[in-house]
Amino acid sequence: MKILTEHIDVPNIETIDVFMKHGGYQAVTKALKNMSPDEVTEEVKKSGLRGRGGAGFPVGMKWSFLAKPEGVPRYLVCNADESEPGTFKDHYLMAKSPHTLIEGMIVSSFALGANTSYIYVRGELMYVIHILEKAIQEAYDKGFLGKNILGSGYDLDLYVQPGGGAYICGEETALLESLEGKRGNPRNKPPFPAVKGLWQCPTVVNNVESISATSWIVNNGGDAYAAIGEGRSTGTKLISVSGHVKKPGVYEIPLGITVEDFIFSEEWCGGIRDGHKLKAVIAGGSSVPILPAELILTTANGEKRRMTYESLSDGGFATGTMLGSGGFIVMDETTCIVHNTLTFASFYHHESCGQCSPCREGTGWMDKVLHRIESGEGRKEDVDLLVDVAKKIEGNTICPLGDAASWPVAAAIRHFRDEFEWHIEHPELATKPGAVYMRPGASWSN
Amino acid sequence: MKVTIDNITIEVEAGTTIMQAARKIGPEVAPPAMCYYEPLKSSGGKCRACLVKVTAGSEKDPRPMPKLVPACITQVQDGMIVENAINEQVIETRKGVVEFLLLNHPLDCPVCDQAGECHLQDFSFEHGVASTRTVEERNTFEETDLGPHIKLNKNRCILCYRCVYTADQITDGRVHGVMHRGDHAEISTYIEQAVDNDFSGNMIDVCPVGALTDKTYRFKSRVWFSKPVDAHCSCDKCSGNVILWYRGDEVIRVTSRKNEWGESLEFICNTCRFDRKKTSDWTIEGPSKISRNSVISANKYGANLIRPAFPIQHAAQNFKQIEDDRDRSFLNIPTSLPAAEK
Ligand SMILES: Cc1cc2nc3c(=O)[nH]c(=O)nc-3n(C[C@H](O)[C@H](O)[C@H](O)COP(=O)(O)O)c2cc1C
Ligand code: SF4
Ligand code: FES
Repeated sequence: MKILTEHIDVPNIETIDVFMKHGGYQAVTKALKNMSPDEVTEEVKKSGLRGRGGAGFPVGMKWSFLAKPEGVPRYLVCNADESEPGTFKDHYLMAKSPHTLIEGMIVSSFALGANTSYIYVRGELMYVIHILEKAIQEAYDKGFLGKNILGSGYDLDLYVQPGGGAYICGEETALLESLEGKRGNPRNKPPFPAVKGLWQCPTVVNNVESISATSWIVNNGGDAYAAIGEGRSTGTKLISVSGHVKKPGVYEIPLGITVEDFIFSEEWCGGIRDGHKLKAVIAGGSSVPILPAELILTTANGEKRRMTYESLSDGGFATGTMLGSGGFIVMDETTCIVHNTLTFASFYHHESCGQCSPCREGTGWMDKVLHRIESGEGRKEDVDLLVDVAKKIEGNTICPLGDAASWPVAAAIRHFRDEFEWHIEHPELATKPGAVYMRPGASWSN
Repeated sequence: MKVTIDNITIEVEAGTTIMQAARKIGPEVAPPAMCYYEPLKSSGGKCRACLVKVTAGSEKDPRPMPKLVPACITQVQDGMIVENAINEQVIETRKGVVEFLLLNHPLDCPVCDQAGECHLQDFSFEHGVASTRTVEERNTFEETDLGPHIKLNKNRCILCYRCVYTADQITDGRVHGVMHRGDHAEISTYIEQAVDNDFSGNMIDVCPVGALTDKTYRFKSRVWFSKPVDAHCSCDKCSGNVILWYRGDEVIRVTSRKNEWGESLEFICNTCRFDRKKTSDWTIEGPSKISRNSVISANKYGANLIRPAFPIQHAAQNFKQIEDDRDRSFLNIPTSLPAAEK
């Protein structure tokens, strides 16, 4: 079942004529001519669609929280800043099929009563920005954007904004600051964007994938969407797979398939590269806890783990993880977890905006300590120190980047403590190029 | 509306923050603040020193808030119950904040002009632990001059953004104040644009640490050797209400007057601050009120002993076991204390 990527390999699908030949922009006609904004919102609510940017907050519910004071403009902002290590699904969708997003932007803006909307695209993706701008121009030319769209009386202007060049600009309030032309510092919440967002006006921020799914929901109804998937994880999800699988890439999966199926079946990743074994997976982008092979395939209760919000988080952080943004990073036994953790810690150290002290100082501290451990200068007390620093950051910061920085470190130590200790106890072995610790008896060791 | 902080209930107006309510009750329950500065619009929310536990959100919705919240920017609700100094999680978290703020701090207090009136010293003495867990090299930055009168030492900076908001407030147009990110973020030279302003000296007063210091006062004296006196002059730019800091007969420094939370009551102009350094420029009102707990109030007004007896007594009463192997502080050895002054 494909919703977002059904026609993605059709030649020239990025042009509006080919896109319309494959059913494109029918949702705009349907919504603007036959539905009220509230009816569109109602369908999205029924669909059970959850935010695909990481947190999984129900989209319809977010829309219904939007404040609607008289005489104040409202905005829809699409978060296309995609900078999380491991996540590259929005990039793929926008580059291949820009009209999928634009169509979604029009019906979503209509539902929210926004007359100006923005797509905030990661600044490094200049070529995607050009593709989107070209596609937007085509949509204006066909009368899907601009004044009095399709004679409905509804006006919408859509702009693309190149991002400020920082991961933090993907955090929704930092994004809004950046969109206003300021430094991308996250805001303290409350107030939430739904009340005071862009230019202090009510604003909805949604991920590319969330918005793109809305046109299918308008065409086929919320119930049809909710029929796909499992429980509260409805519909399909784009998963960007990187690492040691045979077929890395972007897949659109119906939520609910097993993790085992996803990694090993020919339909999806095709298994671990020849001659190697699965060691660990980061299931939802660099921020979510890493899980060792046995826990990613089966939950602590012995159930097969499935690709849903609920199943992946089963067991909490003790034995579970999160679906996050769908950045699925697969590691085989040649991967050094300490090195991997250091890479992420350096990333967050580099990307912290520096406003609040726990994140600003803590991310740098963890990076430096991990760097010492990795280079053979670890001290016995460093492992507990890392756990404690992560704990002191978590939950105490302005924005979730602090949590995102502390979870990977805490989880790596939780599940691979022996590997950190081995680095500290045997620096002469651990610092040899390519050295990796093999846990005796583990499914991935020989 | 009613709010209860550390078991003390008080009536406040809607829109009051937890910090304001707590300060109204008094210093025993007021959370520490390293970035919040009431006179500065949009300050607060950054340092996380003031995190408190809300054990009941309001009368209507008495659920506890899941995370600690910054007291300085969180508004009270009717029936809210807050725990500050009595909450274990708050105390533990605050230890962490002290540790984070000191992580890259040079600890050069012996040569720092702010020592003795430094909020970071107070904060770490009251809320921190005496030992350090870091062995990493500290980040360092170049020193810069902000105009002829102000020195910026970014090594000491804790990125409270107060000077940025001051610059915003005293100059027209936005002054972008911070460059780079994370622990390599620094107060930027763009502030220099704001320094060409008659009120730029107030950035020194709002700085909680010794990052921004007065070059006309640099290295002249330790603050506890100087004597603060309230004075005023008729000034065409500001109210002219200041504190003169004397050493002997010499005015070594002029600052704004502050409230009991260390916040400037009024911004003063650069002429008063940097150029009026003669007693004859001023009408003297009398000794400034300085907190009894401050090192500045030691041996003042008639006491002819240089030894700062009061703070040591105070420290001895409140002293905590200091676990720093490198350096056994004299505070640990009660017999070495000077005889208490009666
Ligand atoms: C540090 C950080 C980076 C983020 N980056 C992105 C991003 O690149 N794209 C995105 O859609 N959401 C990102 N988010 C999540 C957004 O803040 C926001 O929750 C999301 O855009 C909401 O959209 P959704 O409800 O459709 O998922 C990020 C959050 C944080 C804390
Ligand atoms: S948590 Fe980190 S990134 Fe977020 S506001 Fe604080 S310092 Fe900035
Ligand atoms: S004083 Fe409240 S966060 Fe700094």
